[in-house]
Amino acid sequence: MSNNSSFTPLAVDSQSFTEDRLHKNSGWKLYYQTVIARAYPRIIGQQREKSWLFFDIFLPLLSVCAYVFVYRAIKAPEDYIGFVVIGGAMTAFWMNVLWSMSSQLYWEKEQGNLALYIMSPTSMMAVLLGMALGGLLATTLRALVIIVLGSLFFNVHYVVTSFLQLFAVFFLAMVALYGLGMMAASLYLLLSREAWHISNLAQEPVYLFSGFYFPIKSFSFWISAVASIIPLTLGLDAMRQLVFKTGPSLGFVSVPIEIIVLCILSVVFLFAARLMLAYMEKLAIREGRLTENRR
Amino acid sequence: MEPAELQTTQSNLPIYSRSFRTAAWLGWQIESNWTDPFLFAIYSIIKPLAGAAILVVMYSVITSGDFTSPIFSYIYLGNAFYMYVGAVMSGVSWAVIDDREHYKTLKYMYIAPINIPAYLIGRGVAKFLVASISVIITIVFGVLFLHVNVDPAAINWPLFFVALMLGVVMLAMMGLILAGISLLIVNHSWFIGDAVAGALFLFSGAIFPLEVLPAWIRPLGYVMPVTYWLELLRRALVGRVAEAFPTLINISNPQIIAIMVGLTIIFGSIAYFLFRFCEHIARERGLIDMVTNY
Repeated sequence: MSNNSSFTPLAVDSQSFTEDRLHKNSGWKLYYQTVIARAYPRIIGQQREKSWLFFDIFLPLLSVCAYVFVYRAIKAPEDYIGFVVIGGAMTAFWMNVLWSMSSQLYWEKEQGNLALYIMSPTSMMAVLLGMALGGLLATTLRALVIIVLGSLFFNVHYVVTSFLQLFAVFFLAMVALYGLGMMAASLYLLLSREAWHISNLAQEPVYLFSGFYFPIKSFSFWISAVASIIPLTLGLDAMRQLVFKTGPSLGFVSVPIEIIVLCILSVVFLFAARLMLAYMEKLAIREGRLTENRR
Repeated sequence: MEPAELQTTQSNLPIYSRSFRTAAWLGWQIESNWTDPFLFAIYSIIKPLAGAAILVVMYSVITSGDFTSPIFSYIYLGNAFYMYVGAVMSGVSWAVIDDREHYKTLKYMYIAPINIPAYLIGRGVAKFLVASISVIITIVFGVLFLHVNVDPAAINWPLFFVALMLGVVMLAMMGLILAGISLLIVNHSWFIGDAVAGALFLFSGAIFPLEVLPAWIRPLGYVMPVTYWLELLRRALVGRVAEAFPTLINISNPQIIAIMVGLTIIFGSIAYFLFRFCEHIARERGLIDMVTNY
């Protein structure tokens, strides 16, 4: 008994300590906490593993250089060099959305984390939002470095006509793009081994139809219009119109129209992501696909 | 009863052959059986055609569709054959990562009576086959729809097949070098094939003549084996196009073949010794069954 009495204060301390430690947020606080928690490894992970920066910048920069030299070989106007630099920088966002947003839930399933996400008392939307936010911040840094280095290497001249519109276009394009990524992530909940192949397949065709290395106006109106479903198509087109002298003459449609379409895409993709995630999560649970691991 | 010989680099032709054949079959299954054959065929066609189409559109925008110019055939064919570079090099080196990190079977390969380098090269065969389909489709598409000047009757077929065979062997050796390095590194094994293929793409004059590069970078292109390989393939397929560019105009076909043979022997020797060295280090450090989860 003496042992019990001697342990009582410690037990009480431990209990209050545990209550303090286990204070649980709920509602919007939990949502916010989840977003930050999921964004954290995306940003901090990059700082801890700095050599990733080299590969994430070096590889896109090689492609940028190759396409710039193709334009030089066929004696293209200098603004096209700038088009390639901007397009090359934006590939970082598409790669991020494809491999670190859309495919992420597939990777999580492969590593056994997906079931833990589903079991936790938080929103999967918050998890996806955190992934998007972290990925966006980390990728913006890489894209900036590519633009700076590409511009210095190839002496690109920018003539910005409206910083406000430029910021609006970039912001909206990113919201819509990551909304698309969140929507696609829910689809990947149902995929298995084919997820890797589908992501791999979606790279080049999107580089082509979104006009990463040439003005989208080069295609017919209807091809460009259909390609505009990918937010980077209009985002890139608008940014080129806003930062290059010849940009407006090579633009697909006017910048204000592109801003309006990007607004609509942002709302549609985010709303669709929410609906699809709820539906796909239920479907995946019903069909027992959350923990399957078909290699 | 004699103990099993588990030395992975023993010189035993049947073991080489069996390891290579089995790995080639395994690689093909991994590459293709994730979906039905129709979808796999679509997948194999869309990706390379989209890659080629980017260059076609870029060219078309600037030249208003003057596809008869020699520079277009130069770009188009260089890009088409470059698919082999990424496919063969990555195919061989990727097998290390795939088996170690994904399927977690590399350690079982090491305790099986096979030859590991032959096994890894065999794993690259599937990617070589898929790349071959892509290259053929891309070139046929170019000839039929984009006026790429390839005339089957005018092709120097012996030169073409010699060049292709030499190049593929050389690329497999380069892939084996990367596979050896992949055994030792953790985080970026995924990127090695892409990084090397990307660098070669830029410096080997695959899609633009080397004269376009700044003068101080150009020498890099002259020491890249892929530069000579692509030149030889262009000369075999479209001799007149190759003659239009001064890059290697002073070097005759036999001289380029000799350079290719020499480089293949050099890369083969480096691959043999480097792979053995890396393998030894990997065993010493316990890296053969390492899973990094990156």
